[in-house]
Amino acid sequence: MKILVGQGSCGIASGAKKTAAAFAEQIRAAEMDIPVDVTGCIGLCYLEPIVDIYDDNGQMTRYTKVTPDTAKLIFDAHIAGGVPYAPAVIPAAGQAFLDKQTRVVMKNCGAINPERIEDYIASGGYRALSKAMREMTPDQICDVVLGSDLRGRGGGGFPTGKKWVQVKRQSEPVKYVVCNADEGDPGAFMDRSIMEGDPHKMLEGMIIAGLATGAHTGYIYVRAEYPLAVHRLKIAIEQAKAHGYLGDRILGTDFSFDIHINLGAGAFVCGEGSALTASIEGQRGMPRVKPPRTVEKGLFEKPTVLNNVETFANVPEVILMGAEAFKSIGTPKNAGTKAFALTGNVNNTGLIEVPMGTTLRSVIFDIGGGVKNGKKLKAVQIGGPSGGCLTEAHLDLPLDFDSLEKVGAMIGSGGLVVMDEDTCMVSIARFFMNFTQEESCGKCVPCREGTHIMLELLDDIVEARGTRQTIETLLDLGDTICATALCGLGKTAPNPVISTITQFKDEYLAHVVDGVCPTGQCQAYRKYVVDEDRCVGCGLCRKACPVHAISGGTKRAHKIDTQICIKCNSCVGACKFDAIQIL
Amino acid sequence: MNKQKYMTINGEMVAFGDEKNILEVVRKAGIDIPTLCYYSDLSIYGACRMCIVEDERGGIMTSCSTPPKDGMTIFTNTPKLNKHRRLILKMLLSSHCRECTTCVHSGNCSLQILANRFGITDVKFDKSGKAFKDEYKIDLSSKSIKRDPNKCILCGDCVRVCSETQNVGAIDFANRGWNLEVTTAFHEPLSATECVNCGQCVSVCPTAALTVKPEFDKAWDAIHDKTKRTIVQVAPAVRVALGEMFEMETGNVMPLINAALRKMGFDEVYDTSFSADLTVIEESEELLRKLRQGEKLPLFSSCCPGWVSYAENRHPDLLPQLSTCKSPMEMFSSVVKEDAVLNPQLQLDPREPYVVAVMPCTAKKYEAARDELALEGQPRTDLVLTTKELAMMIRQAGIRFNELAPEAHDLLFGMYSGAGVLFGVTGGVTEAVIRRLIADKSNRSMNNTQFLGVRGLEGVKELTVPYEGREIRIAIVSGLKNADTLIRKIKSGEIYYDFVEVMACPGGCINGGGQPIANLAGREERAEVLYADDRLSEVRHSEGNPQVKVAYDRIIKDQQHRLLHVHYGR
Repeated sequence: MKILVGQGSCGIASGAKKTAAAFAEQIRAAEMDIPVDVTGCIGLCYLEPIVDIYDDNGQMTRYTKVTPDTAKLIFDAHIAGGVPYAPAVIPAAGQAFLDKQTRVVMKNCGAINPERIEDYIASGGYRALSKAMREMTPDQICDVVLGSDLRGRGGGGFPTGKKWVQVKRQSEPVKYVVCNADEGDPGAFMDRSIMEGDPHKMLEGMIIAGLATGAHTGYIYVRAEYPLAVHRLKIAIEQAKAHGYLGDRILGTDFSFDIHINLGAGAFVCGEGSALTASIEGQRGMPRVKPPRTVEKGLFEKPTVLNNVETFANVPEVILMGAEAFKSIGTPKNAGTKAFALTGNVNNTGLIEVPMGTTLRSVIFDIGGGVKNGKKLKAVQIGGPSGGCLTEAHLDLPLDFDSLEKVGAMIGSGGLVVMDEDTCMVSIARFFMNFTQEESCGKCVPCREGTHIMLELLDDIVEARGTRQTIETLLDLGDTICATALCGLGKTAPNPVISTITQFKDEYLAHVVDGVCPTGQCQAYRKYVVDEDRCVGCGLCRKACPVHAISGGTKRAHKIDTQICIKCNSCVGACKFDAIQIL
Repeated sequence: MNKQKYMTINGEMVAFGDEKNILEVVRKAGIDIPTLCYYSDLSIYGACRMCIVEDERGGIMTSCSTPPKDGMTIFTNTPKLNKHRRLILKMLLSSHCRECTTCVHSGNCSLQILANRFGITDVKFDKSGKAFKDEYKIDLSSKSIKRDPNKCILCGDCVRVCSETQNVGAIDFANRGWNLEVTTAFHEPLSATECVNCGQCVSVCPTAALTVKPEFDKAWDAIHDKTKRTIVQVAPAVRVALGEMFEMETGNVMPLINAALRKMGFDEVYDTSFSADLTVIEESEELLRKLRQGEKLPLFSSCCPGWVSYAENRHPDLLPQLSTCKSPMEMFSSVVKEDAVLNPQLQLDPREPYVVAVMPCTAKKYEAARDELALEGQPRTDLVLTTKELAMMIRQAGIRFNELAPEAHDLLFGMYSGAGVLFGVTGGVTEAVIRRLIADKSNRSMNNTQFLGVRGLEGVKELTVPYEGREIRIAIVSGLKNADTLIRKIKSGEIYYDFVEVMACPGGCINGGGQPIANLAGREERAEVLYADDRLSEVRHSEGNPQVKVAYDRIIKDQQHRLLHVHYGR
């Protein structure tokens, strides 16, 4: 018998450590000898903490939302009594969430102990490296990766094999492999999950990249906000060295490869390739103009393979499967799977992995279980601050690089924020614009000044000062920023605004022309009035109002002076008769 | 032979060769592409996005960062580009100080010129109010440079020149996004940094965020002060650049400067080239003494105050190898003020001598105030003006500079040899010293020194000169980054020299921080003008200057050490 407690950052935040301790305590008290083991995140965020109990016959029972108290009940029923504790067993929706996925890259996440290389090896780990070293030439490795149609999972979707071939071709003898683990998009956490749940897989991918391109040093640029990922990467690197998969003369061959970890200090822009390499070099993290490209002059001005965590984690699978088998997953030119972080107003939130080209409908309704509280789907923001909005009209759109680009959106790192009918699209656009303008490095004028001006204009609309002209100016600025900004982040910064204006023009117009926020989210458009039929004249609202906007005599209907009212909602909370109406 | 490559610019074929980028090709085709952050001498930064061009498919790229390709088609002036450029300018203006009428760079500001050129009459994006409040403190701590971050457009030119060309790195970017600023480490005052006052940042600044600290008011005060005898010395490099500020072709305008200075009210008008001759004599003696006595070499020149500061900051161990000769400016002021004490005629003059130096250099302002150079507790140079400040004063006085009739210097400190005037360009000190060392002093022989490898604006030059049966190994370096690289090689023992001439500014004083900016071609023209001035001099070597002998006999006498030498770093 074995107990596995999911302890990614998400599980730990939900109390998984206490749950694990509770099991250990029970086992000790019962003087039993059952290991309580650690595993990574399986992606079921909304059901954490998650505990898997393996019976001696290999049968696994998955429990969800396991608090220390539940742990006790499970122990009594299942471990001591031999009968699964039904109330805590994973619900059908949760099981469906997992069953409907195709887990290739993240198959080990939530299944093995990420801090034990033996677990990785037992699940087939480092077999790809061994195959690449013993059975393939560097050219053949590149050919397989190229032939697999694997594309960069960081957002750009550039063919990985092409990148590798370009680096391999450079005559410069010193080359580098850099892993971009500076996952900065709000709402995206697949790279963290991979690093926490299966760090060896991405290390293996990096080593293979080194082997294929002739690089002998790798760097992982990981954000310092991911301490657990860093911790597990360090353990993984040590273990890989001890087992001869990393370091000098790997697996007894002439090939040596070493990996360093660099901590990013939390700048979104350092996810951009040239800013990232500058940051590793100790320079200010600012993108530079290209050419030269990173494959020619990247880190320390040497040819550099720069891919993100998910891309590298795909590599061992590509090598083991072969190009054709890998291509059989997904759609033409968009091979393999993609991890998406499903968040927002959706029933089942979490991290999922599906074949490229899976429809949005399948993701939201089959896996995500539909929109929360039975509300209507309004939009899906995809690709984070660089992406765009999809609507109901796009439900049958295949989620892949090319299809999304055609509708003005992008996969980006794979954030999917589901929004219901109560979401104000202007506010959403403002949220993302605020993010990009705060995270702009400030180097080029369009991004530094332009995003700030766009934010001011969005503020105007949200705060009821906008006009039709404001919308036109936003589009105008967006056009110039997209066309002229220096780096990918600047060029895509206006996307959320342009895309919401395109898809939800009426909602913008409602704000600036009709003076109404259709969802009631924008405070400036709210109007507080007293329903005279309901008001009993108790005076509670009058006393609660911090700005003395409410007047009225005892037992007479009160009145709110909208000129004075600051829309703070205090009166709504104070009234016991639901007499305050928000128009 | 390689096939000639062509690209099509606005429908016309343009041939190109080894140009690094489209921008250079477009300029060659006679089109002035707007840019605020491109300097051919610096690395390509690509921040202003004004130099965009469009290809035949409507794609937009920055011409500064895109290499030209054979058969490429681009357009430089399309409705799309015009729209983007205008909007980018408006974005810049939305955060830029709008006080043009009181700005020292008005009329000469790249941003203002572009805003006019693109017809920006309404910025529209003023909501933040950044353009109307002085958010940042003006830094007046430096003796040479005024820093007003409110006028900064964050093009990064100063940051790059300071680190790439000068290896100083006194300023850099801090913060990010809309809060980005160029500042010193920990927002220290500029004077507390390793800034060497070279003023190269001032030269490249497209606006008035970095300017020469203006001191012309002090000059006017002195001129109009009846108790002062105002003496002005003009450095060699000033004469080759001042004309450019009055829309004249590059040429020697020293005779016009003499006339202008007299019209402005200066009492005596002299030339720093005179004291450069003194420096040559003293420095040659020093070099020969060190060679004879086997003292540690190389001897480094010390007439450039930017270099002296750099050595103090980064290579203090080399200070004993710095020439003890004062710079020509300081030698001049020392001797002139000593003359006021010793000269029986001047003893009768109740007016106090006040020495103004017109220099191509911002660091000279710092040098003039150095304690080591004061005598009897008083600085010998009272005021330093840059070339640009002199131009402003000439305008303020209402003098039509280009219509002036040429005039000569005053004597005796206005006479100079051709060797002295060479100080204004990199290699000039060395050439002057060589002329002092060689035996044949005929003008033909003096003509030939130019072929020893001293001339040209390359950052590093090496040469060997035979002297009394041995060879003197010399290096000439300009630009502090070049100097640093050379010094590291010297320290590591990789190379050996007897004498090293160092000028902080690339190309020497002709390209000083107090000069109007010049590209490489402009610098070459300026150098040529100085060489012509040398050729036209009756006397071509320093000890041949008859007034030098007079100065030694009558003023310097046995006071050589006190008047002409200094020890830094003690």
